[in-house]
Amino acid sequence: MKRMGLILVLMAVAGLLTACGGEAGAEPPVFETGVDPEAWAVVPAGEFLKGQHEHPTLVDYDYEIMVTDVTNAQYARYLTEALAAGAVKLEAEDQQIVGYYPGDEFRGAKHEEPIEEGDWLHVDLDEEGLRLSFDGTTFTPLPGYENHPMVQVTWFGARAYCEYYGWRLPTEVEWEKAARGTDNRPYPWGDEIERNNANFYSSKDLYEKITGKLGDTTPVGFYNGKTYDGYETLDSPSPYGLYDMAGNVWQWTGDVYEEQHYRYMRGGSKMEYEYWLRVWARNNAAPEYFSPNVGFRCARDITTAE
Amino acid sequence: MQAIQTRFMFLFRSTKGLVLVAIAMIALVTAIFGMLSGPMVEWGVKDVVVRLLNLDLVPAEREGRIIMLYHTIAMAVVAIAVYLITAVVPMKTYQQATINATVTAGYLVAMIFGLGFAYFGHEWVFHGLYLFGLSLVFFAGILLAAALWPWRQEYHIKDTAYAHWGRIDLERVAFFTMAVATLGSAMFGAVTGSYWSNGHETFLAEDLIREPHKTNLQYAIIGHLHIMLTLIAVAVALVVGRRFDFKGPLHKISMPLMIFGTILITAGAWSVVPVPPIAHTIIYFGSVPVLLAALFLVIFGFRKLILEGLAESGGAGFWAGLKALVRDPLRFGMLWQMVFMNFTVTFIGLFIAVKLDEIFRVWPARDERLILTGHWHILSAIIATIILFYYADMVGLKGKVRQWFGWLVIVGSDVAFGAVTVFEMKRLFVSEADQQPVVNWTMALADIGLAVVLLVLAGLMVWRLVDLFKRDGQWRTELREDPHLSVAQGGAPELVAAAQELSK
Repeated sequence: MKRMGLILVLMAVAGLLTACGGEAGAEPPVFETGVDPEAWAVVPAGEFLKGQHEHPTLVDYDYEIMVTDVTNAQYARYLTEALAAGAVKLEAEDQQIVGYYPGDEFRGAKHEEPIEEGDWLHVDLDEEGLRLSFDGTTFTPLPGYENHPMVQVTWFGARAYCEYYGWRLPTEVEWEKAARGTDNRPYPWGDEIERNNANFYSSKDLYEKITGKLGDTTPVGFYNGKTYDGYETLDSPSPYGLYDMAGNVWQWTGDVYEEQHYRYMRGGSKMEYEYWLRVWARNNAAPEYFSPNVGFRCARDITTAE
Repeated sequence: MQAIQTRFMFLFRSTKGLVLVAIAMIALVTAIFGMLSGPMVEWGVKDVVVRLLNLDLVPAEREGRIIMLYHTIAMAVVAIAVYLITAVVPMKTYQQATINATVTAGYLVAMIFGLGFAYFGHEWVFHGLYLFGLSLVFFAGILLAAALWPWRQEYHIKDTAYAHWGRIDLERVAFFTMAVATLGSAMFGAVTGSYWSNGHETFLAEDLIREPHKTNLQYAIIGHLHIMLTLIAVAVALVVGRRFDFKGPLHKISMPLMIFGTILITAGAWSVVPVPPIAHTIIYFGSVPVLLAALFLVIFGFRKLILEGLAESGGAGFWAGLKALVRDPLRFGMLWQMVFMNFTVTFIGLFIAVKLDEIFRVWPARDERLILTGHWHILSAIIATIILFYYADMVGLKGKVRQWFGWLVIVGSDVAFGAVTVFEMKRLFVSEADQQPVVNWTMALADIGLAVVLLVLAGLMVWRLVDLFKRDGQWRTELREDPHLSVAQGGAPELVAAAQELSK
C-alpha cells in the first residue's frame, strides 16, 4: 500500500515537472517573414456569409484593411510622434499613456458601464508583456519583437492609432468579410486547420518551446509558407491576402453597440484552442482592457486611401 | 444460449446490471470522445482518433456535436438515477420493470444514434431515432412520476421516524416533485429544440453571456440546461439519503425543504422566459432550501458514519470520531463530495454573482466563459463521482479494493476540481502576462487527478467485464440477490427459467 502511494506521488511530481516548459523572458528568435506590415488589401463591395450560420450580409462599399496586425515597431513610431504632437499624454506618475475619447451614450442597461468623455488609458508602460521601451521622448520596440504584433494596448489605444493616421478600426462585419471572403470557410485559409496554419494554443510553434504552451506572439505574416529554423509553416492568407486573421493575437474591432460598453475582438489568439480561431468567433472586454494576447489592425475607406 | 440469456438478464433486468451497463456506456463514450479535446488535442491523440474512427468534424458544427454528445451522456445519467429510484422507492414490480425497460431502450437508442448522427456524417434517420430515444426517456419519466404518486394508500407512511404530512410520505413527495419538475424542464428544452432550423440556431449558452438581448428560445435553453443539472443533483441527493436510511428530526426538516426548494428553483428556471429580470432571484431563493436539505443529509450521514465506526472500534474522542468518519471512503465520499461541491461550485458561483460587474465583467468574455464551463463541468463530474461511490458501495467492494477505489476517486477528483477552480480564478491573483506557471501546474494537477479517476473507473469496468465471463462471478450473486427480480420470478416464464438456471 505504501509503495503504491509512493509511486502515485512520484507520478504526480513527474507530471508537474513535465508541465513546466519553457523559459519566460528569454529573447525570441528573430525572423523576417517578408510580409510587409505597411501593406493594405482591398476588400470589394458585395455580399458574404456572416457568422456560423452563414447569414448573407451585404457590405455595399469597397474598403481597405491592413494585411497584418499593427507591429510593435509601427506603434512605437506612432507613440513617439503622437506624444511629441500632443495627441496623447504621458501620465508620468503612473507611467501611462492616455488620450482623449469623446465618450459613449449611456443607456443604463443591465451590466452596462458608462464610458464617459475624458482621458482613457492607451498603454500602461509599467505593464509586463509590453514590448516597448521608453527613454522619456522616444519609444523603441524591444529587440526581437519589432515585427511582432503590438499588444497590451487598450481599445482606446488601438482606436487612437488608427485615427491618428486618418483610418479607423474595422467593424466586426468588415473584419469578418476580410477574413472569410465570399464562401463559407471556417478559417481564413480554408476548411481545415493544421498546427502550422496559425499560432494557437499548443500549436507547437518555435516560440512555444521558449515560453511554454501559452506561447508567444509570432512575427506578423509568419504563417506564409516559409520555413524558419526548420519549422515549416503553411501559407495561410485570407482570400484577400491578409495574414494572422486567425490566431497570434485577438484584434480589436471598432463597433460601439447600444446598451453595452464592451468592445469586441475577433480572430482568436496564441492562447486559444483552434475553435476560437474560426472566423465567426467573438470575444469582448471593457475598452480599457489590455492583454499580451490582444492587438489590432486598421481599416480605411478607399476614398481616403493614400 | 442459456448462459447468454442469464447474463443478458443480469445486465438488462437487475438494478445493479442496468447501472453497470449505463456506467460502462458513459465510460466508453467519455473514453472515446474525451480524446477529442483538452490535452488529447495537444498530444496529437485527437488526430489519430479522428482518422481511426473516420469522424466527420465539420468546424461549423462543433456546438451541435457537443450538444448531442452531452445529451447522450445525460440520458445515461438520467437512466442511472431512474434505476436507483425504482430500486429504493416502493412501487409495483411491473412498474419498475416497465420504467427500467423504457428508459434503457431510450437512452441506448438516443446514445447510439445521436452520436452516429453527430460524429459519423449526417444520416437523418439517425437524428430521428435520436429524438425517438429522447422521447422514450421522457415517456419513462411519465411512468416514473405515475409510479411515484405519493397519495396512494399503500404508500402511506408506516414509520413515523420519516418525514410525513399526515400519512403522506414526504420523501416520496420529494421524489415525485423532482420527477414532475424534470419532465416539465425537459419539455422546456424540447419545445425550443422543435424550432431548430426553423427560427432557432444552435448555440452554447456560455457563448451568449454579455448579450444584452436574448430571444425567448435562447432563454428557454438557458433555463433548461441549468434546471436539468440541478434536478439530477436533487435526484442523486435523494437516493443517497435512502442509502443512508435518512430519517429522524433532520429528515423531517430536510424533506419539506427539498420539496419547497425543488418547486421554487424550477419555477425560477422556467420564469427566465417570461420574467428574466427576477428569474435569478427566484433561483437564489430556491437554492437555499435545496442546499440546506442536502446539508442536513450530510450531517445525518456523517453522524451515522461516526457512530457506526465508534461502535465498531470501541474508541472515543475527536480523533477516533474522525477515523470512524473516514474509515469507509465510499460512504464518506458520497457525502463529502456534496460538501466539496460547495467550495468549487456554490461559493464560487456566489462570489461571481456578487462581484460580477466589479471583477468578472472587466475580464474578457472568454475568461468569464471559461469560469462558466468549468463551473458546470465540475458540478456534473461531482455528481458522476457520487454515482460511482453509490454503485461501488452497492456492489459491495470490500477490503483494500474498497479503500483504494474510494480514496483514489476522492483525492483524484478533488485535486482536479480544485485545480480547475484555481485555473478559473487565476486572474484574481496573477496577471495575464505571468500566468504561464499557474496554467502549467493547475492543468497538470487537473489532468493527473482526472486521469486517476478515469483509470480507477477503467479498472472497475475491466473487473466487471472479466467477471461476466465467469460462471459463478459476482454478477450471478447480484442477479440472485436482486429483490425485485426474485419477486418477479413467480410470474415471468423467462425469469423462472433463469432462476432455475441460477439455482443449478
